[in-house]
Amino acid sequence: MIISRRTKIALEALAVLVGTWLVAPTLVVIPISFTGTSSLAFPIRSWSTQWYHSFFADTAWMEALSLSLRLGLCVALVSTVVGTAAALGLRRFGGTRGRSFVRGLLMTPLIVPGIALAIGVYALFLRMQLTGTFIGFVLAHSVLGVPYVVITVGAALESFNPQLLHASASLGAGPMRSFLRVTLPLIAPGVLAGVLFSFVASFDEVVMALFISGPYTKTLPIVMFESITRDSDPTVAAASTLILGVSVLLITASLVYAARRNRRLA
Amino acid sequence: MERLDLPVTDTAVAGRPTDHQVGRPLGSDGSNQRPLWVRFAPVLLTLPALALLVAIVGEPLYEVFQRSFTQPKAGLSNYDWFFSSSLNVALLRRTFVTAFVVTVVCVALAVPYVFLMTIVSKRARNLMLFLILVPFWTSTIVRNFAWVLLLQHSGLLHQFMAKFGFDVTLIGTTKGVVIAMSQVLFPFMVLPLYATMSKIDVRLIQAAKSLGARPSVAFAKVYLPLIRPGVIAGSVLVFVLALGFYITPAMVGSSKNSLIAGEIWNQINGLLAWGPGSTMAVVLLVLTLVLLAISGLVIRRSSPLQGGSR
Repeated sequence: MIISRRTKIALEALAVLVGTWLVAPTLVVIPISFTGTSSLAFPIRSWSTQWYHSFFADTAWMEALSLSLRLGLCVALVSTVVGTAAALGLRRFGGTRGRSFVRGLLMTPLIVPGIALAIGVYALFLRMQLTGTFIGFVLAHSVLGVPYVVITVGAALESFNPQLLHASASLGAGPMRSFLRVTLPLIAPGVLAGVLFSFVASFDEVVMALFISGPYTKTLPIVMFESITRDSDPTVAAASTLILGVSVLLITASLVYAARRNRRLA
Repeated sequence: MERLDLPVTDTAVAGRPTDHQVGRPLGSDGSNQRPLWVRFAPVLLTLPALALLVAIVGEPLYEVFQRSFTQPKAGLSNYDWFFSSSLNVALLRRTFVTAFVVTVVCVALAVPYVFLMTIVSKRARNLMLFLILVPFWTSTIVRNFAWVLLLQHSGLLHQFMAKFGFDVTLIGTTKGVVIAMSQVLFPFMVLPLYATMSKIDVRLIQAAKSLGARPSVAFAKVYLPLIRPGVIAGSVLVFVLALGFYITPAMVGSSKNSLIAGEIWNQINGLLAWGPGSTMAVVLLVLTLVLLAISGLVIRRSSPLQGGSR
């Protein structure tokens, strides 16, 4: 026994409290989304599903949802292609110094304070007339997605045996074909994780979007942020509950996928 | 395509040149017969990412830097203004204190939490890791919104505490901001800490105890020095992220206790004052980079596992 029984019980009690503090607060959006009154106050006296109706009926919410989904998909595509290429290039870089320098550079979007980056991008986009444009959003969000892809694909490449490429080359495959038929299938889980991470990075991004949104192009987090800080319309609770539901589904799906894969490889 | 493919195949059959050989002068071996684009492939592959980085991170940050020295007029006037105004010094102090308290809360809760993770069964450990990752994956806006709902006057937490005679206002206060920010940043403390603590042999504590150390002494003298690199890495990460936090103070806090990021937002969006706003951003950026650089050095020095005597 490393620690006494009493200490262990105390630690377990603390862990339960911490776990509750991490997960439970977020669940409060669920009951609020079914409130019958048009306020965000507790206690809830009557119940209804009207806020879900107003979410799906309101064009402002639907356009924001559609923009965020399209944007997330484009960002996932751009970040994954660019980031996977970078991860492949980094692995074959001559010299560890150059490699860790370039890798460090590629991680800067995660380190730079969001607000500092946001006002810089805002200044640039004002000059280039890119504020409120789809392409502007894609560019701004892709740069945030790339580091995640470099990390996940880089991790997948760690366990990739480069001898396999000699084998495929000796069988007559060119570099492109070797990549598509040998490398890509083997690093697919890392690429897939990169797609997921960069999609979420875009779908969840607030600070940059606050600056570069236009009056008619607002992402879902921006419409939510404005609704929360300006009025007390429970529609935002319905939107939150829906997002929460999708995240839980995604987490569960990825855990099941990971567990299956581990079992298959074991 | 076929023409380009052949030389690669040739060298591959003859034995792939190592990375060192690629850079050798012409004629040293067969490798330089490979087309130029194959030899420069590693660099070429990273180019799109670097171009994106230069355009969307490098250029914008340069612009912020430049504006802090040029708007509205050239010189150091913005920096003079920033460091001489008592309001700004108070703002900077409030930002530091908030970030510091958040870091302390995270360390105090994360160390026992992660310690328990290292001694429980694999199943329990996975559950504890899952609890950390759930908030990591849930939307930032949704989590902050939930805190607004809980902390507001008609919120559950406020009413619950009022029932027991604790009538404290949390919404719009620094206390409320700290509670919400610590929860949002907690995973960033746990993950580096877990990376360090999972590698430590907990039997070392047992060994210390068998040599007569009281449990508290064994913890302080044996365990704490071993986990120090993880604690430093996690603390600096949380502290630095907290310094630049915008969303939580904007939603849970009020304009009276805004942090530096909130003030940057006010300057740029409210007052269109690019010079002062950019100056604050440069101060924030420099602070962040300096702290990260120092922590990198300290971690390398203080890691007892990286000593040569191991």
